[in-house]
Amino acid sequence: MDLVTFKNIHKVYEMGAEPVRALDGVDIGFQKGSFWAIMGPSGSGKSTMMNILGCLDRPTFGQYFLEDKDVSKMADDDLSEIRLKYIGFIFQSFNLIPQLTVQKNIELPLYYLGWDAEKSAERAKVLAAKVGLETRLNHRPSQLSGGQMQRVAVARSLAVDPHLILADEPTGNLDSKTGDQIMELLTELNKEGTTIIMVTHEPDIAAYAHHRLHMRDGKVERIDSN
Amino acid sequence: MAIHQSKIARNIWLGIENLLLHKLRSFLTMLGVVFGVGSVVAMLAVGEGASKEALQRIQKLGSNNIIINSLKSIEEEGSSTQNSHMSIYGLTYLDYERISSNFPNVQQVAPAKLIRKESKAGSNILELRIVGTTSEWFKLVPRQLLAGRVFDQGDVDNFSAAAVLTEFGARRLLANRNTIGQPIKIGGDSFEVVGIIKNEEGMAGNIQIPDQQVDAYVPLSTVRKYFGDIFFKRTSGSRTLEMVELHQIIVQVDDVKYVESTAAGIERMLQNFHKKQDYVMSVPLALLKEAEATKRRFNIVLGSIASISLLVGGIGIMNIMLASVTERTREIGIRRAIGAKRSQIISQFLIETVVLSTLGGFVGLAMGIIIPLIITYFAKMPTVITMQSVILPLFISVGIGIVFGLYPAINAARVDPIIALRHE
Repeated sequence: MDLVTFKNIHKVYEMGAEPVRALDGVDIGFQKGSFWAIMGPSGSGKSTMMNILGCLDRPTFGQYFLEDKDVSKMADDDLSEIRLKYIGFIFQSFNLIPQLTVQKNIELPLYYLGWDAEKSAERAKVLAAKVGLETRLNHRPSQLSGGQMQRVAVARSLAVDPHLILADEPTGNLDSKTGDQIMELLTELNKEGTTIIMVTHEPDIAAYAHHRLHMRDGKVERIDSN
Repeated sequence: MAIHQSKIARNIWLGIENLLLHKLRSFLTMLGVVFGVGSVVAMLAVGEGASKEALQRIQKLGSNNIIINSLKSIEEEGSSTQNSHMSIYGLTYLDYERISSNFPNVQQVAPAKLIRKESKAGSNILELRIVGTTSEWFKLVPRQLLAGRVFDQGDVDNFSAAAVLTEFGARRLLANRNTIGQPIKIGGDSFEVVGIIKNEEGMAGNIQIPDQQVDAYVPLSTVRKYFGDIFFKRTSGSRTLEMVELHQIIVQVDDVKYVESTAAGIERMLQNFHKKQDYVMSVPLALLKEAEATKRRFNIVLGSIASISLLVGGIGIMNIMLASVTERTREIGIRRAIGAKRSQIISQFLIETVVLSTLGGFVGLAMGIIIPLIITYFAKMPTVITMQSVILPLFISVGIGIVFGLYPAINAARVDPIIALRHE
C-alpha cells in the first residue's frame, strides 16, 4: 500500500513572462515502510517535490494523497496539522532553535500537539537516548557538534511517531564519517517501519535507500531499486 | 479548564524565557511603558491629592451654605480718612430678618457681629476678637465641643452673659487655668465661660473660613445690649467711627439643588435694599463645582500627556518586536514546518509583547507609587493614590501589549516557512 501518492502533480511558478514548470506532471507512489532517495541536478524539481511532500507548499495542479487524505487542496491550518501529526523533518542545516535546550527542541512538536510538560520531558529523554544524546539534554545547540545537532533533529522528527520522515540533504553539512552515522540511524528507523524520503545528490548516501528517484526538468527521469 | 490554564501559564513562561535571553534589550524596551505608567500614576496621585485638599476645605464651609460678608465699599474707604466721619455700611438686622422669613428654602440663618474688646481673665488682659451670634451658628459651623456647652436660644432671648471660647481664644486668655465657669471681663462687663469649642484655620478657595481668628462667641442680643453698633476704628493714627450691624450672615439651604437659586434670590433682595455694594456673597457650592471642573480639566490634560508617553512606549515595543520577528524568521520557519499554526505563532509573539508591556506596567506602577511618597515627604504636598489610578494603568499596559504586539505578531505568522527555512 502506498503511503504517499502523487497523481499528475504540477507546480508552476509565475516568474516574469515565462512560467517555470518546477514539477511537470509527476505520477508516483511511495510505499509504506520504504526508503527513497530523490536525486537530480539543481533545478530538476527535487526541492519543490520535497516542499509539496512536506505539505509546506501546494501543487498548482494534480492530487497528493497522504494515506487516504487528499492533501493537495487543504487549508493552511489543516496542512499544519498534517505536518504536525504525520511528517518529521530533517534538514541539511539542522534547523534547531538556538535558544532552546536539546530537550526543549525535541519536545517542540509535542508542545504544539498539546502534551503536558511532564509527559513531553519523558518522551524527549527516551528519544535522546535513542539517538545517543541522553547526556546532552540541557545543552544548547551551539554547544553541540554538527553530528550531534543532526541527531537532535532526528530525535525531534521522531517525537510524534511520524508516518513519514522527510530528510533534505541530511548529511550535506557533515563530514563523511558523521554522515554515515546519521545514515545508519535513518536506516535503523526505516527498519523499525518508518517511511523515509530523502533528497541528496551524493550517490554513496543515496545508496542507503532502497529506491532512487532521478528527476530532470520537473519530471521523473528514472527509478532504480536495490 | 485546568489544562487550559496551565497551557496559558506555560506560554507566558515561554515568553518570559525568550525575553530573558535579551535582558538588556527587553529592559530598554520596557522603559517606555515603565515611564509612561509611572508618570500616569504619579500625576494622578498628585492631582488627586491637590483637588482633595481643595474640596475638603470647601466642604468645611458647607456645600448647602451661602455666606454673605459685609464689605466696606470703595467710597466709604476713601472718605474714612477724614476725621469725625462715621462710616455706615454692611449687612443689617433687617437683612437677617428678611432672609430668615422670605425664602422658602432657607432652613437656618446665623448672623454674626464681629467686635474687638479688651478682655480680662484674672490678671491677663488681651484684646479678644468676639463674634456675637445666635445658637444657629453652632449648627452651621459645626465644630467639636471640647468642654462645657454652647449657648442656646434661651441664652439669646435672656441676654445672658455667656461666652463660648474657641480653643485658640482659650489658650490665649486662660492659659492652663480651669476653664468652664471661669468669670472673664469683656469691655468691663462680666461674662461666664460656658464652653470651649474647636476652631478651623485657613482659607477655602478664596473664602475665609467663618471662624478663623475668632476668640469667643457671645449671644448677639447681649453684644447689642452691652456694646451697641457703633465702634471706633483706629487706623494709622486716625480714629474713625464705624457702624456695622452685622458682619456676616451664614444661610443654610434645605437642599443642595436650591442653593444657587436661593443665592440669586438673596442677591436680588440685597440689591434692592443696599444702594452701595457693601456686601459680598460666597457660595461654597459654586466653588466646589468650579474646583471639580478644574479637576476634570486637570485630568484631561494629564490624560493627554500620559497617553502620549504611553503611545511612545507602545511604539518602542512595536519597533523592537518587529526587529525581533525579522531576527527570528528562521525560528518561525522551523516552528511552522514542525506544525505550528499561524494562530499559534501569533499568540507566541503576542504573549511575549504583552508580558513585556505588563511587566513594564508593574515596574511603572511601583515607580508611580514611590514618586508621590517622595513628593509628599519633601514638598509636603498631599498625594492620594486611588484604586482607579492603580488599576487603570495596568489595564492600559496590557492593552498596549496587545495593540502594539498585534502587528509584529501577524507579520511573524505571515512568514512563508519555505523561505524562512532558507533564511540565514
